Amino acid sequence: MAVEDVADTIAGFALFADLSTPQRERVVHVFAEQWFADGEKVLRQGLSGSGLYIVLDGAAAIRIDGVDRATLRAGDYFGEISCLLGEAPVADIVAVRSLRCLVLPASQVEEFLNANPSVMFRLLQGEARKVRNTTKWLS
Amino acid sequence: MAELEPRPFPPGRYPLIVVGSGPGGLQLTYSLGRLGIEHAVLSDDPAPGGMFRRWPVFQRMLSWTKPYTGFDHASRAYERYDWNSLLADEEENRGVMTGVMDGTSYFPSRPEMERGLAAFTEKAGLRVRYRCRWEATRREGDDFVLTTSEGEYRAPVVVFAVGVAQPWRPSTAGLADVPHYGELRPVESYANRRVFIVGKQNSGFEIATGLLPWARQIILASPSPTKLSVNTHSLVGVRARYVQPYEDSVLAGGVVILDASIEEVKQEGDGYRVRTRAAGDEISMVFEVDDVIAATGFTTPLLDLPELGVATFGQSRLPAQTPYWESATVRGIYFAGTITQGSQGLKKHGIPSNSGAVQGHRYNARLLARHLAESRFGTQPPRAELKADQILPLLLSEASHGPELWHQRSYLSRVITIDPDDGIHDVGIVPLAHFLDSPGPDAVAIALESNGHDDPYPCLYIRRRGAVTEHLLSPNPLLDFERDEHRKAITSALDPFLSPSLSRPSS
Repeated sequence: MAVEDVADTIAGFALFADLSTPQRERVVHVFAEQWFADGEKVLRQGLSGSGLYIVLDGAAAIRIDGVDRATLRAGDYFGEISCLLGEAPVADIVAVRSLRCLVLPASQVEEFLNANPSVMFRLLQGEARKVRNTTKWLS
Repeated sequence: MAELEPRPFPPGRYPLIVVGSGPGGLQLTYSLGRLGIEHAVLSDDPAPGGMFRRWPVFQRMLSWTKPYTGFDHASRAYERYDWNSLLADEEENRGVMTGVMDGTSYFPSRPEMERGLAAFTEKAGLRVRYRCRWEATRREGDDFVLTTSEGEYRAPVVVFAVGVAQPWRPSTAGLADVPHYGELRPVESYANRRVFIVGKQNSGFEIATGLLPWARQIILASPSPTKLSVNTHSLVGVRARYVQPYEDSVLAGGVVILDASIEEVKQEGDGYRVRTRAAGDEISMVFEVDDVIAATGFTTPLLDLPELGVATFGQSRLPAQTPYWESATVRGIYFAGTITQGSQGLKKHGIPSNSGAVQGHRYNARLLARHLAESRFGTQPPRAELKADQILPLLLSEASHGPELWHQRSYLSRVITIDPDDGIHDVGIVPLAHFLDSPGPDAVAIALESNGHDDPYPCLYIRRRGAVTEHLLSPNPLLDFERDEHRKAITSALDPFLSPSLSRPSS
């Protein structure tokens, strides 16, 4: 996809909702685009060296010990926990049909978030929702 | 007297067709030939060499061939230091580049690279139908039909090795009308001029380096900051050869390096006005310059393959590929050469394979030939039986000297299968993604890896009952992994496999 097309696509994503058009174009330059075929693994449980992935289109399954737990779609992101904690992912992420993503290596995530505080806040909101949902589920 | 022979491969049906005569196509046809696989090779060019018949524009390669290493030029270990020669089984055809370089630089000149590829083609007896241009593609039953300038070719399997060298420009207003990288004028014509280069990758910095003695002012601009290979510890970023404009910039010599979006390029009189918007503060600037050059990258000339269903991604429109370089969406279409960077592998820590360069994709081509021979032509995969006490030395030696592992980190691996019923076998080099994601017997794979800041380190992947575990070994400043600490780490990781029950003697 052309830079302008990807920038338009991510304009609709909550994570980048507060960015201006030039800021979104720069996000596209900083991230790399990757494409995965149906069934292809994007991240592998227990393997080091992951990154932060944003789903542009298509879908991906979160698979833990061979069991699918949830589905990720356009606008969702994954890999952020292993990037923030510096640990290997605890799940496989597997493309369902085809999957197009933006990816930023873990080593660049801190610098990127510091340079884009509104994205950091949106990411924090996303993590807060996950904690809230888990807490509700546990209680 | 090759020139007196009739041209090979007239139009018709072949079991396999390779398109392209750059290093990717040449390595593949060599390797297919060694396996006895009948195929045709077509090329639009009049002679071997691909993009190295023209580029780099400043006529010197970015990839080295180091003459003195302590290893014989015909040895496998020497390949780690020779990034430019194609791979051969026969001693006399190995390390060809060492014989064509004049010794003034360990980076061959472009003409030396072209001569090396031509010499390999001739010595190895490779046959190509030159001046035969692939123009269109369609499906008929199980065959692909290639329309060419010389008629129609048919094959159930086609490998495209057509490079990633088609100029690409973003849709920035006015940028379509300025010269691209390959359209640079003779350097003298830039004397005392102000030159604006759009793009801060190697091609932009190569031009800036070449114009340092000529241009009055050089401005390099693109939205994202420049990365340097010496910082990324990989081929990601601008190579050291082209860093001089950076030093000129920081020491205030007249080069300006900007992190800014290019919003408009407008021709005015004999020059241009370039409007930019800075990355940090979004301040708009206008530059009045004499020349603008688009060093904005390249795409893959896939012609009508996307209409056939070949999925592509990214700015270079690389075809998405399986770990064995087949189109992820159209079976029977494969790729060789620099296009194989579209088979991304693990990209651990964000570091890509070296498939975009000869030293990486030459191994992909050799593996692809073997894969095609096995999957399409029914040959048996090679495997050598090992004794249990041979596992450790093989893994240590591969980590220290295996050129496939060194050039294709976290991408190609050496695999040993360990099966109580079938014994222990060295199955050779395997794409790491294929090893990790395919079912198979218990096995161990070794790869070399980088994390972008430390020295490279070996990594073991152990597959037991279908589940793979990762075992990172420590780096070593001398890049020597045949040491006690590595011996102990591998032995401990392999302990379950090295039980006496597996230590049966080889026959």
